[in-house]
Amino acid sequence: MADFEPRIVAFLCHWCTYTGADLAGTTRQQYPPNIRVIHLMCSGAVDSIYILKALIDGADGVLIGGCHPGDCHYQTGNYKARRRVAILKGILTQMGFTDDRIWLRWISASEGKLFADTVTRMTEELRKMGPNPMKQLWNA
Amino acid sequence: MKKLGVFICHCGVNIAGTVDVKSVAEEVGKVEGVIHSTDYIYMCSEPGQQLIREAIREKGLEGVIVACCSPNMHENTFRKAVKSVGMNPYLCEIANIREQCSWVHQKEKEKATEKAKEIILATLEKVKANVSLEAISVSINRNVLVIGGGIAGMTAALDLAEGGYEVILLEKDQALGGHMAQLSTTFPDLHPALPDLYSKALAIEKHPRIQLLCCSEVEDVKGYVGNFELMLRKKATYVDWAQCNGCSRCIQACPVEHVSEFDGGLSFRKAIDLLYPKSIPNQPVIHRNFCRYFIDQSCKICEQICPEKAIRFDQEDEQIQKKVGAIVVATGYELYPKEQLGEYGYGTIPDVIDGLTFERMLSPTGPTQGRIVRPSDGKVPKEMVFIQCVASRDPDRYMPYCSRICCMYTAKQATVFKEQVPEGQPYIFYMDIRSDGKGYEEFLQKTIEEKGLLYLRGRVSRVFQDDGKVRVLGVDTLTGKMIEVAADMVVLATAIIPRDGVKELAAKLRATVDRHGFLTEAHIKLYPVESSTKGIYLAGCGQSPKDISDTVSQASATASKIQALLSTDQLLQDPLIAWVDETICSGCGICVSICPYEAREMDSQRGISVVHSALCQGCGACIAACPNFACELRNSSSIQTLRMVDTFVTAGVRE
Repeated sequence: MADFEPRIVAFLCHWCTYTGADLAGTTRQQYPPNIRVIHLMCSGAVDSIYILKALIDGADGVLIGGCHPGDCHYQTGNYKARRRVAILKGILTQMGFTDDRIWLRWISASEGKLFADTVTRMTEELRKMGPNPMKQLWNA
Repeated sequence: MKKLGVFICHCGVNIAGTVDVKSVAEEVGKVEGVIHSTDYIYMCSEPGQQLIREAIREKGLEGVIVACCSPNMHENTFRKAVKSVGMNPYLCEIANIREQCSWVHQKEKEKATEKAKEIILATLEKVKANVSLEAISVSINRNVLVIGGGIAGMTAALDLAEGGYEVILLEKDQALGGHMAQLSTTFPDLHPALPDLYSKALAIEKHPRIQLLCCSEVEDVKGYVGNFELMLRKKATYVDWAQCNGCSRCIQACPVEHVSEFDGGLSFRKAIDLLYPKSIPNQPVIHRNFCRYFIDQSCKICEQICPEKAIRFDQEDEQIQKKVGAIVVATGYELYPKEQLGEYGYGTIPDVIDGLTFERMLSPTGPTQGRIVRPSDGKVPKEMVFIQCVASRDPDRYMPYCSRICCMYTAKQATVFKEQVPEGQPYIFYMDIRSDGKGYEEFLQKTIEEKGLLYLRGRVSRVFQDDGKVRVLGVDTLTGKMIEVAADMVVLATAIIPRDGVKELAAKLRATVDRHGFLTEAHIKLYPVESSTKGIYLAGCGQSPKDISDTVSQASATASKIQALLSTDQLLQDPLIAWVDETICSGCGICVSICPYEAREMDSQRGISVVHSALCQGCGACIAACPNFACELRNSSSIQTLRMVDTFVTAGVRE
């Protein structure tokens, strides 16, 4: 377990968190290289199936980054994401996925440091949690 | 299988210093479909772009990935480059290996190299399924609506009209000017505000391309950039302005007086009145709530006295339909409501007033003709206290932001007071002095030195009435001493907040407001005058607190952005929008209810949902909501995203 490195798949909205992640780069904030980013226009465009597929395939964590409440570029996309993730977590808990592997975070375009901190913290938390149990299935 | 090319940028050492670009290029070159994989020191340079163009020509590439900085930087550059040799620009995608890889993993070179490779592999999955797209062309209306007749809206309207565009200037109140009409002088040059305002207002009134609609509001907005359909409401003024000659005999004759909000409650106005003397337009309005005719039909003096027979008691609100291509929102500000500032005695102690009310007092056309007197007894005040940051910069109780104009106008007001009452003493309670504009710091230092203003750094703890004086308790944090001033008068520099009703207006325009109610810009640095909805632009304090100089600059910037937008008859729109697979769509209508732009509609005849391509902003809400994958975003389909997920996850899991 010592050399377990979690893998995070992130869905970041174009206007806030993706740009915030760019700012983390521009300001050379360092964070663990465990994250893989998929760029979408809005957190409201994150289909539940993206999250489910990532988890079922064995990703250790899924990060969804959107604009702060009230700041959504498309008015209400982040609220849609919030509802979707809440429902999804309920379903996943019933399926036995009790760990907190889905993180929905509001990170604005000016919060590069918050993005770096979030990835760092998520990586640490997932390290403690251990690998996604689905991974065993695939590697069996 | 598409023939794909991958171009990896070193960005000097920015990428190549962390990522082993050579090995990545080699590895990626082995991937099925990739027939060209190379690296270069600066891909965005002319020779770098030439590499891409040559490869497209010589090898017949059908898709290109440039692995470099963020797409926010150079996506356009490379899409233009591929277009120049005949490739569809939407077949070119960026793999962000600088901002989101090399720069953030500088100490983990091996892992950063692996990550860069995976980012490229995932982007390959996207490009494989990308299709050629053409920008959507929509015809546009080249007229503009400007909402708000303050200095911001006036400047934008005038600039646009001078640029040759037809402008509708909408003002809620009965005359132009906004808050600037209330001001006496402006900092840092102490110029009177009204002449500056008049010069613009007169130009607007006479301009052949500006239609000024006072007492008017936006009732409904439909449509999209280039094609907004407006429903405006022009409220009844009960005076036929076309007939009225502005003689103001009706105003003199009117027997009804009511408290003037414009003068901050320091004077009375008539039931039929101008907003302020010599206002533009210079025609009066009957205020229904106060007019005796409307209360009990007991008075018609104005009608009898009017030489032009311009009074129209039976006038009704008018609905006006208009079409415009762009809208400027310049709704301005108001001050923090005094009802909620009881701790400063504001609203209960008559000699505690706000900055705008004091401006009215200082104005030569104001209720006291410019003389500074106590509202309670009309005496000239000697000890004056100015309190800055009232309800600003106070996140626990009021507004967390800085209202930006208070430091300077307080210094100006204290200066004017000292000039008028040389034996008087102004005390100014402040937190920090912010004087960042051109000439501001110099103005401030000069006034402190020459006028003997007493600046006390600290918050005020209590204000109460005692023996005809207003006692102000505070602390000077620089000396650590408690301060008590028995003041004759107190002026509060209260926080700027957005105008009442902006939220509702923003909802009609599909623009957004922040948590304080200020209109939000598309990007704080790169698109500061555009709202998040295309075709809706911002100017003035409705966006954030700012002084007149900044407001005018911003309004001119807005006007110039709109002139660029409307410089053609056809508008090209990004084609990265939703589309519907008609063979799968079940017509459930979820997408129609979820779309924030009314871009989705049911085609009842065919039983399916359709997309209005000009309205769709490409957010993807309907794609995530569609239960059966019938609608997709062009070049960002569910299957493309799922394949990217697959690439990322399997690379780390199933070695």
